[in-house]
Amino acid sequence: MKEVLNVQDMSVTFALHKSEVHAVRDLNFTLSQGETLAVVGESGSGKSQAFLAIMGLLAKNGRAGGRALMGDINLIGMEPGQLDRYRGKDIAMIFQDPMTSLNPSLRIRTQLAEVLVKHRGFDKEKAVLAAVEMLERVGIPEPAKRANAFPHELSGGMRQRVMIAMALLCQPKILIADEPTTALDVTVQAQMLDLFKSLTEDFGTALVLITHDLGVVAGVADRMMVMYGGRAVEKGTVDDLFYDPRHPYTLGLLHSTPHIAHRAARLDPIQGLPPSLEHLPKGCSFNPRCAFRFERCLAERPPLASIGEGREKACFYEGDLSYGKVA
Amino acid sequence: MAKSADTLLEIRDLKKSFSITTGLFSKPLELKALQDISFSIRKGETLGIVGESGCGKSTLGRCILQLISPDEGQVLWLGQDLTRLPAEEMRRRRQDLQIIFQDPLASLNPRMTVGEIIADPLRTLRPELSREQRRARVVKMMEAVGLLPEMINRYPHEFSGGQAQRIGIARALITEPKLIVCDEPVSALDVSIQAQILNLLADLKDQFGLTLIFISHNLSVVRHVSDRILVLYLGRIVELAAGDEIYEEPKHPYTKALLTAVPIPDPKLARQRSIDALRGEIPSPINQPSGCTFRTRCRYAKPICAEHRPALETIGNERLVACHRWQETEVPEEAVLEA
Repeated sequence: MKEVLNVQDMSVTFALHKSEVHAVRDLNFTLSQGETLAVVGESGSGKSQAFLAIMGLLAKNGRAGGRALMGDINLIGMEPGQLDRYRGKDIAMIFQDPMTSLNPSLRIRTQLAEVLVKHRGFDKEKAVLAAVEMLERVGIPEPAKRANAFPHELSGGMRQRVMIAMALLCQPKILIADEPTTALDVTVQAQMLDLFKSLTEDFGTALVLITHDLGVVAGVADRMMVMYGGRAVEKGTVDDLFYDPRHPYTLGLLHSTPHIAHRAARLDPIQGLPPSLEHLPKGCSFNPRCAFRFERCLAERPPLASIGEGREKACFYEGDLSYGKVA
Repeated sequence: MAKSADTLLEIRDLKKSFSITTGLFSKPLELKALQDISFSIRKGETLGIVGESGCGKSTLGRCILQLISPDEGQVLWLGQDLTRLPAEEMRRRRQDLQIIFQDPLASLNPRMTVGEIIADPLRTLRPELSREQRRARVVKMMEAVGLLPEMINRYPHEFSGGQAQRIGIARALITEPKLIVCDEPVSALDVSIQAQILNLLADLKDQFGLTLIFISHNLSVVRHVSDRILVLYLGRIVELAAGDEIYEEPKHPYTKALLTAVPIPDPKLARQRSIDALRGEIPSPINQPSGCTFRTRCRYAKPICAEHRPALETIGNERLVACHRWQETEVPEEAVLEA
């Protein structure tokens, strides 16, 4: 498949009063046409900041380094004016809370049409028609009527569909979805995940799904990147990581997730708390919570390295990761 | 429902509506949040309450604790109707009934230290205790919930979400309650922390002999903790059964649809599974459909469903289901006529 995004040595730092915090370090990954990449991690893992940086949406005190190549265009460090030629057109992002991403004082059709007028030079009338058509494609009933509504008149699920419609208007090559279903009920979530699947199939959009919910990942994603303390710690296909995790953190996440089909007496969670990015532990960032750590992990940081079959992990431990040992 | 000797709490015909003002001169609308709710809870069990947003699950939890007064019906605590208790007496009764909230940080007073927050219920409910006695209890409780006692003088903002939820749990447990309503207690937490808190609740339940009402929209979590599960739709009970029965053999079409929508953390299973996606969204509780309120989204709906509201029937061993067609929902999809 054609590669649509190539991220190389990306970093994100935030300037604080007297110090700097590294939210993302040494991030490398590629994304191909029509595939879905899940980016998984807990709060503070850097999963959202990495993609906000690619979109040029970091907070004022944030700075991104490295390269995010779309073809031969590097999005990192690009002036906002220049970035606007690609943002929304080639690469789009949707967020967890659709209400805060929509302008509450403008009708849905106005907000959607604006995208087409701006990026694709449609005249207004044609833009509204195309907007209504897109609303229908993302499963909004009575799209012509809903297009006249204000955001507050729609339910959460409808608003998220509007956001997706807006993101897809220019048929972007890349859609980044940051916890897109976290605020939705399970029934609506299932509808949205179905919609995502048909989008990647019908439009060939490459989807990045940022989430903490492994259930969501399992049904939708092709590949998966697990992040911890600002770095990628394991990468591979979804099946590889779910059925044969090689990093103790991936294993811990799997054991922390309750499974609806079987009721275990106890979950087997990772102990302790995610680290503060300002005070990352020495050596491997995960070592204080890891049941498999040994001396080397306390002194040295394991690099993300290939372990064959297209898989990568950042862990020195080579033994068996057996169930019940994550203590 | 049959009342057995170990019934701790019995809810009878509970109703609650809220009036919604739409404008200065228009008549307020009635939002029916809960209707005809009857069930009982046995000592020592965990009852899960599930449903989509707006189904009334949090309102129900609050009505049980009398944080919201129900319009009609009874909340019988060991046979005593809490809805008729004078305010002062209800306050004392709260020693036995406590609650844990979803947003751990928002539910803690930012100007009080952890020690003061946890001790607070004791000051009102157990005024006879001396300062030292209170402090000793707080320290013991902090240890029980996995907080270091030296953190006693810290303020809530110094804690992470998971630790803040531990503080909320300690505050709920300090009065030695018999029943705790857990209202989405892990929804705001990271996965690994969520699992830690679920394990903690299980341990504390055993240690203190608690009875839990566990309200959540996350069916995997509810499945994990609950003995019995109550499914709410638009303020009414649609199904109530043992956890295993609900998950292995759901009877109500809504329960079935909810279950198939739950994401499974298993890629092969997830790909195989055909999602019985519910059509549309939950109707407004202000304008509820006639008859069975679920019929507008139900693939099994027939004309009778629009005409008559299905009664909550007892089927089998204490199972309850409210559906005209629960016996026919086993038929394969092709044979089901679209209503």
